[in-house]
Amino acid sequence: MDKRFYSQPGDRIETVDPVLVSRYRRFTRANHWVTAASLIVLLLSGMALFSPSLFFLTGLFGGGQTTRWLHPFVGILLFFSFLLMFVQLWRLNLPRPEDVTWVGHIGDVVKGQEEKLPELGKYNAGQKFIFWAMSALIVVLIGSGVMIWEQYFPHLVSIPVRRWAMLIHSLAAVAIILTFILHVYAAIWTRGTIRAMTRGTVTGGWAWRHHRKWLRELAGREGRGPAK
Amino acid sequence: MDPNLDSPRTAAANPPIQPMPANLGAGDVIRASAMPDLAPPQRQLTPVAKLIDVSKCIGCKACQSACAEWNDTVPPIEENVGSYQNPSDLGPEMFTLMRFSEYENPNGDFEWLIRKDGCMHCTDPGCLKACPAPGAIVQYSNGIVDFIHENCIGCGYCVTGCPFNIPRVSKTDHKSYKCTLCSDRVAVGQGPACAKACPTQAIVFGHKDDMIAHAEERVADLKSRGYENAGIYDPAGVGGTHVFYVLHHADQPALYSNLPEDPRISPVVEGWKGITKKVGLAAIGIAAVGSILHGLLGRANRVTAEDDREAEEYVEHSLPPGRS
Repeated sequence: MDKRFYSQPGDRIETVDPVLVSRYRRFTRANHWVTAASLIVLLLSGMALFSPSLFFLTGLFGGGQTTRWLHPFVGILLFFSFLLMFVQLWRLNLPRPEDVTWVGHIGDVVKGQEEKLPELGKYNAGQKFIFWAMSALIVVLIGSGVMIWEQYFPHLVSIPVRRWAMLIHSLAAVAIILTFILHVYAAIWTRGTIRAMTRGTVTGGWAWRHHRKWLRELAGREGRGPAK
Repeated sequence: MDPNLDSPRTAAANPPIQPMPANLGAGDVIRASAMPDLAPPQRQLTPVAKLIDVSKCIGCKACQSACAEWNDTVPPIEENVGSYQNPSDLGPEMFTLMRFSEYENPNGDFEWLIRKDGCMHCTDPGCLKACPAPGAIVQYSNGIVDFIHENCIGCGYCVTGCPFNIPRVSKTDHKSYKCTLCSDRVAVGQGPACAKACPTQAIVFGHKDDMIAHAEERVADLKSRGYENAGIYDPAGVGGTHVFYVLHHADQPALYSNLPEDPRISPVVEGWKGITKKVGLAAIGIAAVGSILHGLLGRANRVTAEDDREAEEYVEHSLPPGRS
């Protein structure tokens, strides 16, 4: 089997007329939505405890006590579901030389002038940024979160350390919410992206426009016939 | 609320025979956690204080017993670890604790320093600042800082905020507990149970001005007996406290089981509840609203018919014939 550089096992051209390319398997998609749902619950419950003006959000979870109890457990759920995603995705999110060119042409990215951008593998530098930002912030959040988990770890760290954990947890939370907004915005702005996480496939035109190296690799593999 | 009633001036008075309404309520609250737009109080009560004269304490723990008795708490029975201190720490069932420390002074003499630990009722309370639950921590105009347990969510932020390491969250009902300065007794003209029980009057209670005057007399007395560093511990970093000490070694508060030298709300806590909250919320709000507006008004990045055609051509070319 030839080595893959821009795609991963499971990525393949599903149909030719019209071209549909399989981007995420069913398990990956289901796991992504577990992560997404957890993040939204964490965002709402966390914001409720972050600002008095948003404390009313605890009503969504059945009151302050339940919100306080729920938040850390959902955090653990998110940590592990993201860990699964991390194991699957990290290799294709490593930086490559074309990412530098892409970032240099960020103006063209924003204008949607893809013809001026280099051909890319499965992920562009923006997607990679979101991946690594999420990864790093989740590690910071779970670490600092355990330190301030009063119910089970009241004496894990000293009170001065706990104050820092509290501050770092809220800074990291703000950062991950901003990253989350960017992630959702980019997925919607780049039309045809959402179906990769709902149906699992993207159109050939989408792959050609945004991730041409990825499409070329998949087409090349199909071209060589079944695996020997 | 009876406008003629004010804060009690002593813990020594006996309660009246007739039932009386509580003279401390929602209208006396000057600050409440997570409620920045609180209505101003309906009146101003005279600030009260409990003075603990460490030099007079004999370590009998009558105050601890009285506290547990009045508040109906049952601290768990622990092992003896070689100290008279019992229980070993404050807890959700023990709001005050005699902390015993042994000190050998520069003359080589042994001193047994016994400090009654518990909530200091700060004028600038770190617990109240940190608390996220509206109305779970209140401060009355007489200076008492009280936890309103039906609003408490058990997050432990008060533990993070307190400069004196006082609040303890119960494992049973997941609510935070500490000394109330017997707000329920003060409301009916009585002093705190500990002050009432103290056999040497090391603990006295009354208006804060009276207590300061008394403390100054005590300091002068101690100085005349050779305790030249005797002084009042009423730390300005937290705006003064409504429980304060007379110490024979006021220059070294840490001798008394690590009483903090210059307590104040930690700048880390201030940063978390201050700028981080403001700037963080603003950034999130701007990002959310901005992306929604741009999503509605801006031009999306769409796949063109040209892209589709080129993709199809390319894929068909690279695949072996017959696969489609």
